[in-house]
Amino acid sequence: MSQPDKAAAAPRPSSPERAPRFTTVSGHSIRRLYTPADLAHWDAARELGNPGEPPYTRGIHPTMYRGRLWTMRQFAGFGTAEDTNARFRYLLSQGQTGLSVAFDLPTLMGYDSDHALARGEVGKCGVAVSSLADMEVLFDQIPLGRVTTSMTINSPAAVIWAMYLAVAEKQGADWQTLSGTLQNDILKEYIAQKEYIYPPEPSLRLVIDTFEFGARHTPKFNPISISGYHIREAGSTAVQELAFTLRDAIEYVERGIRRGLAVDEFAPALSFFFNAHNDFFEEIAKYRAARRIWYHTMRERFGARNPRSWAMRFHAQTAGCSLTAQQPYNNVVRTAVQALAAVMGGTQSLHTNSLDEAWALPTEFAATLALRTQQIIAHESGVTHTADPLGGSYFVESLTNEVESGARQYIEKIDAMGGMVAAIERSYPQREIAEASYRYQQAVERKEKIIVGVNDYASQEKPIEVLRIDESVARRQQERLRKLHAERSGDEVRRRLRTLAHAAEGAENLMPHLYDAVKAYATLGEICDALRGVFGVYTEVAIT
Amino acid sequence: MPERKIRVLIAKPGLDGHDRGAKIIARALRDAGMEVIYTGLRQTPEMIASAAEQEDVDVIGLSILSGAHNTLGPHLMDLLRAKGMEDVTVLLGGIIPEADIPGLKKAGIAEIFLPGASTQDIVAFVRDHARKHE
Repeated sequence: MSQPDKAAAAPRPSSPERAPRFTTVSGHSIRRLYTPADLAHWDAARELGNPGEPPYTRGIHPTMYRGRLWTMRQFAGFGTAEDTNARFRYLLSQGQTGLSVAFDLPTLMGYDSDHALARGEVGKCGVAVSSLADMEVLFDQIPLGRVTTSMTINSPAAVIWAMYLAVAEKQGADWQTLSGTLQNDILKEYIAQKEYIYPPEPSLRLVIDTFEFGARHTPKFNPISISGYHIREAGSTAVQELAFTLRDAIEYVERGIRRGLAVDEFAPALSFFFNAHNDFFEEIAKYRAARRIWYHTMRERFGARNPRSWAMRFHAQTAGCSLTAQQPYNNVVRTAVQALAAVMGGTQSLHTNSLDEAWALPTEFAATLALRTQQIIAHESGVTHTADPLGGSYFVESLTNEVESGARQYIEKIDAMGGMVAAIERSYPQREIAEASYRYQQAVERKEKIIVGVNDYASQEKPIEVLRIDESVARRQQERLRKLHAERSGDEVRRRLRTLAHAAEGAENLMPHLYDAVKAYATLGEICDALRGVFGVYTEVAIT
Repeated sequence: MPERKIRVLIAKPGLDGHDRGAKIIARALRDAGMEVIYTGLRQTPEMIASAAEQEDVDVIGLSILSGAHNTLGPHLMDLLRAKGMEDVTVLLGGIIPEADIPGLKKAGIAEIFLPGASTQDIVAFVRDHARKHE
């Protein structure tokens, strides 16, 4: 909204400008100057409040990083469970404060390492976990009672979680105090990342099963991390990222309530995950708007009474899609700017990408440098000394309002379609994202957006060292599976899989059955196959 | 007689679901006047070879971001050779370490496009290298 009175409030430019129009990386128009006129009808008490108080625009804790720094949580995983266990123990020894597991594609898709479709993919973009035996090795000598673990797994999340709980139990950790996060956000898989197995309805049932089980047995564990990250990586704008993520969250809350859970019983355990992209102020505005919309949604739409249900906690990761293969050392600088935005936006935990990730998974050197980037922001920059340092800025508050209003329009539109599952079935969010992604690509090719080292300032350079995944990983995994099949009781496995399939045909919570199956060393592939038999599989209508 | 449009199959082999690049390329080639068929996700090399044969394409564009390119790329090339489809031009785009490029080219992949490649360059490459029909 650019009313004439605002134009009048700003002094006339004394010299021509570099471009006819200035826009964010999402294409959102930015004015030359923001003044008190932009916030004429804005009430600081209503829109901001104090940090730690509704509507949480300024952050969810009164002291923010003066009390405790964000969790530095670097996503890692490659090769076999032994390989990743060694990287985890290295990262913890370097001052990392939480673990985050990347699984390989066969695991993410519910296939064992010896499946035909796993060919070429075992251990490549994460660690291969086919059974509880692999999970035991993955967390060997890592005390799950003290370290918090985030697991990036979606369609088979309930199965992997059952394995994690079994390892925790074996280590003697108390489930009541066990803390960590499952990604478990299946809706954004249909929208953006496309790692789905079953159709939406049975998939959502599994998600709600974890909410219900978690509310009873693991009250400190976040059963879901509702994710905009992948939506943004797929090419969305900042507003779309925020809107689709929040509408996904609304869908989960509605279904939790429909299951018979009280909103305040499970909402405090809902967590979020956003992208930290290049456009510094747009990102900060996005995080601030996210907290404000969530507060109003939980309180007004769902009648939540517990303040912990109102306060949005989120993890942030710098934008993988912003990394360039060209002049890769520039990525260190991009990542630092993005990480700074996440911190100034009040994130609870952060992953910083490594400079070499447009080429391969990060080397230990690159991953360490990425962690050091966070430590420099935390200990040297001074931005942690005060909560919401940009609060009250004419520009940041205006942008926060605009992002909020853009997101609310999308949410209303999806409400009108009948919810997110209905919208996905019409390919609505998929199409919006594809459009935005193509628009951005065209802007880059017309040089309306400059990417340093790619469409400007290009130069010849020497290749960098990258991580090579040992081709013996698949063979070692297949060997381990052969051993597992020989050592476990096949009869017991078959019995528990039959019980699981039978339960899946009914309506009961599947977590106890999944737990029984993994304890008997049924493999991930066997368990997912048992559920495929009951639920069927999903194929999308591909749009281009 | 009107000139036959260049026919391109855009394919996502393997388990990876990251389809942003594949969709952008499909649209850019279509905007450039080519006939584009998109396979959708999770295609085996066998499925891609047979789709390429049925659709009688001139070019196959593969998009792989999962690190499985050294297995899936050469396997597809073997299948195409077995079908006598050596004249189909195969391109690959994605997260591909530089050290893997010579091996992939040796297997018969005509060109590898890395992150940051422009759609204009890809369109131009496809125009220049699409197989010539008699």
